[in-house]
Amino acid sequence: MRDLVSEMARRITVNGLQIARNGTALLDVPHLTLSGPGPTLILGPNGAGKSLLLRCLHGLIAPDKGSVEQDGVPLNADHKARQAMVFQQPVLLRRSVAANLDFVLKRQGLQRVARKTRIADLLAQGGLEGKARQAARSLSGGEAQRLAILRALALDPDTLFLDEPTSALDPGATQVIERMILRASEGGVRIVMVTHDIGQARRLASDVVMMQGGHVVEHGDARQVLDDPKSDASRRYLSGGLVT
Amino acid sequence: MIRNFIRAALVSIGLFSGPALAEEPFIVVQSTTSTQNSGLLDYILPWFEAETGIDVRVVAVGTGQAIRNAINGDGDVLLVHAKADEEQFVEDGWGVERFDVMYNDFVLVGPKSDPAKVKGGSDIVAALTAVSEAEVPFASRGDDSGTHKAEMRHWNDAGVDPAAESGTWYRETGSGMGATLNVASGMDAYTLTDRATWESFGNRGNLEVLVEGDSRLFNQYGVILVNPEKHAGVRAAAGQRFVDWLIGPDGQAAIEAFELNGQQLFFPNAK
Amino acid sequence: MQGFASEFNTAFTLILNGDPELWAIVLLSLKVSVFAVLISALIGMPVGAALAVARFPGRRVLIILMNALMGFPPVVVGLLVYLMLSRSGPLGVLELLYTPTAMIIAQVVLVTPIVAALTRQVVEMLAEEYSEQLRSLGVSRLASVPVLLWDARLALVTALLAGFGRAIAEVGAVIIVGGNINHVTRVMTTTIALETSKGNLALALALGAILIGIAIAVNAMVSTLSLRAEREGLRHA
Repeated sequence: MRDLVSEMARRITVNGLQIARNGTALLDVPHLTLSGPGPTLILGPNGAGKSLLLRCLHGLIAPDKGSVEQDGVPLNADHKARQAMVFQQPVLLRRSVAANLDFVLKRQGLQRVARKTRIADLLAQGGLEGKARQAARSLSGGEAQRLAILRALALDPDTLFLDEPTSALDPGATQVIERMILRASEGGVRIVMVTHDIGQARRLASDVVMMQGGHVVEHGDARQVLDDPKSDASRRYLSGGLVT
Repeated sequence: MIRNFIRAALVSIGLFSGPALAEEPFIVVQSTTSTQNSGLLDYILPWFEAETGIDVRVVAVGTGQAIRNAINGDGDVLLVHAKADEEQFVEDGWGVERFDVMYNDFVLVGPKSDPAKVKGGSDIVAALTAVSEAEVPFASRGDDSGTHKAEMRHWNDAGVDPAAESGTWYRETGSGMGATLNVASGMDAYTLTDRATWESFGNRGNLEVLVEGDSRLFNQYGVILVNPEKHAGVRAAAGQRFVDWLIGPDGQAAIEAFELNGQQLFFPNAK
Repeated sequence: MQGFASEFNTAFTLILNGDPELWAIVLLSLKVSVFAVLISALIGMPVGAALAVARFPGRRVLIILMNALMGFPPVVVGLLVYLMLSRSGPLGVLELLYTPTAMIIAQVVLVTPIVAALTRQVVEMLAEEYSEQLRSLGVSRLASVPVLLWDARLALVTALLAGFGRAIAEVGAVIIVGGNINHVTRVMTTTIALETSKGNLALALALGAILIGIAIAVNAMVSTLSLRAEREGLRHA
């Protein structure tokens, strides 16, 4: 029962979404419903509008036209407080690893002792136990992205948006990140993630949104979209052809 | 109230620990560079301070600026050397009364090569006329100071309008006596200076005294208590004590005793 | 120039032997300028950071004005502060003219625009980088100010150093509002001006050497500090 309610609350609906710059349409999505439980992967070539769509869903960018709704109501501050986002380039504060986590926990209103326990928990989850006092900006790329994910999870979000979090990482580091994402998903966090890596979509996705040229060309069950795409654009992209 | 608060705040921060700002009575004297740079005030003030416990804080600027500062109320006593202006200052009500304190004299200094051929003379007007005719560099204070006013009187007597030559051989530095002597030393220029500043000046280069002894080069210093009726903040009682001391036997004796390079530089003449 | 070398020697002997009068002057210089820089930091940093993150009409004009104020002639600042603090000025009752406090006020006026302008630059760059992440975390523009200030701390120390450099080396303003009164408001720069006007060029130069020495010492201290921070990875990328 509880799961049903929280799933309901995480249904994201997009209607008539449009963003244009200098007369060029960057994003044009008449209708899209992400009803979970995810993970949802948004797949497509560079410039397809994936990141832009993700930012609209998270409320970082206000569209020129159209609306984003969650559970039937326009995206509001309460929704946003229950969302978190991880960026392609992790933006870490110029402080220690632990202080990066402490920053968001303090904003959650946690007391000192509770924060300390939670930080230890989180660091263990991300395999960063020994690095609490190290400066965040001296971490390796994979470690930095792990910390960014941990910091996002520290917010205890309903929904976690990820924008190509592994695009700059080697396979080993990517695998660790993917495991963290799957574990979060199993823990009940709704995952919406952008990637251009077809293999990653296969490994993680429960449903896939295919995008090209600012449009959603296909949305459906991961296996169906990846193995039996309905649109020509999807087929070309998945067959490894250069899509422009 | 606010003042006490600010002072308490500063003291509590420990900024001004030490004797400099201990809460002892003090007065501010607006005076000229010649009395300070020569070392006269450093020599005589400790006697007054020991006798009265009043700390004398000297702001040494040109006479013109010293008078203007005193008019603004930013001083308790005025000790300068431009008699006409001082009398005007008192007449306008800014000062209580003017007293003669001491005198010395101005001298014309210039390069040893003496291109204007004025060396050894004792007629300042004739010397300046020669300088203007030879069109050799002359450095002027140009700052409305007591020395500058004296210099302008002599040009006037010589019938020369140096302002018309400003920028050619006549160079107005617009700064203090020391700075002007540095300029004169640097460009081998003539300049009029009080003897005290000259005697204590360390960067003479090629300069030497060329003209002296003209009675018109007489340089009278006066002292005035700033009128407390114009500015309520004036420390009148302490200021009056300083004036009384300076023109009294102790102050006059101290001035008499001051020497630099074995030479007396100021001659007390309070009545 | 005769005797210049020996005069220079005398001057340095005074310095090295810790002549108490000389060191009192050095100490007062440091106290006044350090205090002025601290006050400037308290005013200039929040103002600079606010200008970096806030968006309002007239912001560009304010930034241009602030940058221009960095080059404000010290003598003019001295005059303005004098007119305020003079007994015939609006703040005359405070009796602050010819005190170290007056010199601090003048230096604060000189240094605050430098601190504010440099803070604005540093924080604006950092704000660009942090912008999306902070908004994602729900941090408002106003609430982001202390975060950005703290994370820009190493660059801000450099801004403070620039301000300190201007304060301690400045003579035009402090000589007007301080009066160069012996034992009360005489600092290194006004002493240098005084000794120069007495023609004691060697002593003036020796004092200048101390001034440079202090500047080097302060910069070396901060450089060591930021080097250590760099080793610890706290420095800007």
